Amino acid sequence: MLALEQFRDSTRAWLEENCPPSMRTPMVPEEIVWGGRNAVFTNPESKLWLDRMAEKGWTCPTWPAEYGGGGLSSEEAKILAEELARINARIALTSFGISMLGPVLLEYGTHEQKMEHIPKIIRGEIRWCQGYSEPGSGSDLASLGTKAILEGDEYVVNGSKVWTSYADKADWIFCLVRTDFEVPKHSGISFLLFDMKSEGVSTKPIQLISGSSPFCETFFDNVRVPAANLMGRLNEGWSIAKRLLQHERTMISGFGLASGQGDRGGTTSTTASLEGAAMHYRGDKDRLTDPALRDQIAQFKIDSEAFALTSQRSSEESRQGGPNATSSMLKYYGCELNKRRYELFLKAMGSQGLGWEGDEFEAEELQVTREWLRSKANSIEGGTAEVQLNIVAKRVLGLPDMLSLASKK
Amino acid sequence: MAMVLSEDQQLLRDSARSFCQDNAPISVMRRLRDEKSELGYDEAIWQQMIELGWPGMAIAEKYGGFEFGYTGLGLVLEETGRTLASSPLIASVLLGASLLSEAGSEEQKSGLLPQVASGKLRLAVGVDEGPHHNPSRVACTAMKQGAEYVLTGAKSFVLDGHIADKLIVAARTSGEPGSENGISLFLLEAGCQGLQIQRTQMVDSRNAANLVLDQVRISEDSLLGSEGAGFAALDAALDIARIGVASEMLGSVQEVFQRIVEYLKQREQFGVQIGAFQALQHRAAEMYSEIELCKSAVLGALRCLDDPSATAKDRARMASLAKAKLSEVSERVSNEGIQMHGGIGMTDEFDIGFFLKRARVAQQFLGDASFHRDRYATLHNF
Ligand SMILES: Cc1cc2nc3c(=O)[nH]c(=O)nc-3n(C[C@H](O)[C@H](O)[C@H](O)COP(=O)(O)OP(=O)(O)OC[C@H]3O[C@@H](n4cnc5c(N)ncnc54)[C@H](O)[C@@H]3O)c2cc1C
Ligand SMILES: Cc1cc2nc3c(=O)[nH]c(=O)nc-3n(C[C@H](O)[C@H](O)[C@H](O)COP(=O)(O)OP(=O)(O)OC[C@H]3O[C@@H](n4cnc5c(N)ncnc54)[C@H](O)[C@@H]3O)c2cc1C
Repeated sequence: MLALEQFRDSTRAWLEENCPPSMRTPMVPEEIVWGGRNAVFTNPESKLWLDRMAEKGWTCPTWPAEYGGGGLSSEEAKILAEELARINARIALTSFGISMLGPVLLEYGTHEQKMEHIPKIIRGEIRWCQGYSEPGSGSDLASLGTKAILEGDEYVVNGSKVWTSYADKADWIFCLVRTDFEVPKHSGISFLLFDMKSEGVSTKPIQLISGSSPFCETFFDNVRVPAANLMGRLNEGWSIAKRLLQHERTMISGFGLASGQGDRGGTTSTTASLEGAAMHYRGDKDRLTDPALRDQIAQFKIDSEAFALTSQRSSEESRQGGPNATSSMLKYYGCELNKRRYELFLKAMGSQGLGWEGDEFEAEELQVTREWLRSKANSIEGGTAEVQLNIVAKRVLGLPDMLSLASKK
Repeated sequence: MAMVLSEDQQLLRDSARSFCQDNAPISVMRRLRDEKSELGYDEAIWQQMIELGWPGMAIAEKYGGFEFGYTGLGLVLEETGRTLASSPLIASVLLGASLLSEAGSEEQKSGLLPQVASGKLRLAVGVDEGPHHNPSRVACTAMKQGAEYVLTGAKSFVLDGHIADKLIVAARTSGEPGSENGISLFLLEAGCQGLQIQRTQMVDSRNAANLVLDQVRISEDSLLGSEGAGFAALDAALDIARIGVASEMLGSVQEVFQRIVEYLKQREQFGVQIGAFQALQHRAAEMYSEIELCKSAVLGALRCLDDPSATAKDRARMASLAKAKLSEVSERVSNEGIQMHGGIGMTDEFDIGFFLKRARVAQQFLGDASFHRDRYATLHNF
């Protein structure tokens, strides 16, 4: 106990000294640090903060110190998180390497693979993207057809992926490929890592309904990948794939959590909280006068708080075993909550929440409209709401599966 | 009140459908969006709509219209909703002409309605002053000074306000914001001194405007109806427009639903059409049920508008019923339109997102579900 108290004191002191002033202000979308070879730091203090945190391994606090991680116990990591929250510190580094690939690399990768990739993830030097979905394989991910054929000591990869988030900005991809065509679909999938600069890789951005283009079509034309870049065993990639999805879903379920005090992050503006927006756009002073909206917002906030407690309980319960099938429940619920949040913002803001561009709207009003549109993807990305509910029904509740029952008849 | 269409009405609907599908498909809306069209609609298509007689559909024959009734106009609007075809029909005809008919003097009507019917005159109506529909909350003032009125205040979300030739504006000649008494209606020229019009670019790619009235001086002839007693006419015209917008929403909702059902039959995952999954089947079947109710709500409301024995209160009840129901179902169906298409539904290249964007604007316009449920309750004395 004493050791933990000492850890808290030294952490607090270190943060006091090392967290730059602007990194204690609410995050703005343009300043989110994704890292990578082509990282841009619109705010120089973001770079400073990243380097200092990475130096201590605190971008990935619980990862083993031998690969550059913080090597903290879960109790210490919790203290670090609390101390960071206490000073409203920004997240130093956001990446799919941290939230998705890293955990499975630590679980399934060889020592060499960990030595090569983990430190670069921690320091934000390499940015990763996820090559799972294909045009014909979305919910039925295991039917994927991108193929990798071993030729000498290289795999030759051909095929295409779709909806690959930030493929055009990423340095490396973790990619599901088919390596055996003769066996049932789950048994012929392998997990490959390769450089997006490899010859034969190309990307084409796709525009979202919100106007931005975060994802891409990704094409592989005779891409040569060293055989050593296979993660896990040949044809056993599906288990790794699913494990990674559990980490992804835990991350996405965080969309359901309100950050800071408000419903849209710790800003102090009129659209920071739902009730604040609702009162502002109705001209109310200290009580929301529309009883129907008041009821809906209260219901949302109650669910939101109960959800936050559930996320916390789930992560404390699973600290030993890592994420599990309840991550599907959290993913489902968190995403529905986030969609509800934005529908309520629209109801709160009336016509001011329906602008697209131009001077007649405040920048943050236009931002809400775009965020509302973007939130519709939450229940699709990382496995749709329906897939999550199927998993809960099958894996948590043990309910029989229609398709496999029917095929046995 | 017949809940089926007459033969003439069916013919009209069929011809409106083929016109919209052939001449005003959703690709036109996409082009207008990409061009950031100042008008928000296609002028050539509007001219064709005029030739088809759409603007004069519900206007009396003696004012240059066809007197085909609101049911006819509603059927046309429903078809425009299927392809998201925008035009001045809503602002100029549904709102503007209706308000002129309700409030105008014989001279004003015979002077202006024929021009609206022939498409020569485009009107816009300014009622709301904040982000939420609330027609009695008029704070904009009109002070009588000799033979003139001086208007001061602001209006928001005025559909087509930036392209209208004339605007009808609600202003207060007495009373406090929130009171139905003391509201007067004025007809302004778009270019009149002291009137500033700022276009607002909305998420559905149609345009509205914010107005600022800074000591706008107009002659007392510009008053529509009698001073201080404009609210009844205003609300009656709004009810017509609410029902018209509900008709348009009905078209959009049906189109989205049709696209969903087609996709459920076409897209395969796990070796079967995704429509085989009961999780999706039941939601589709529920939507079908809701849409059947929507069709009846809209037709019932349109019939009420055409029924000479219906009272203003009957119309108001039906308008709130239709607008509340359609706003609710259109939120649900437009969301399912994205969800049931998966990743492709989120892309700009795919049309389904346009329906989501239009749905939210149409929901808010002239009162959302919550506004109309509350009004429905009041109209039913509870
Ligand atoms: C913003 C965004 C970012 C993304 N980023 C990535 C990424 O970085 N990398 C990546 O690989 N993928 C990414 N995806 C893809 C995402 O994982 C897929 O879109 C998702 O898995 C759904 O697949 P699909 O689009 O093919 O839809 P489909 O699988 O075709 O689904 C269509 C509809 O059918 C339903 N359905 C399918 N099967 C069933 C069933 N058994 N029971 C009930 N309903 C069912 C679905 O739930 C959905 O409603 C992203 C998607 C989005 C929207
Ligand atoms: C984004 C996303 C995330 C997902 N996350 C998970 C997850 O965390 N956990 C999870 O269990 N599923 C996950 N899935 C798969 C999801 O469960 C399936 O969409 C759905 O449950 C149908 O199961 P199936 O893909 O295994 O295919 P089906 O063809 O329906 O398989 C039928 C059954 O056979 C089993 N099966 C057959 N052969 C094999 C094999 N060789 N190896 C393993 N299983 C086999 C399957 O597990 C399944 O129970 C995810 C899918 C997507 C698109």
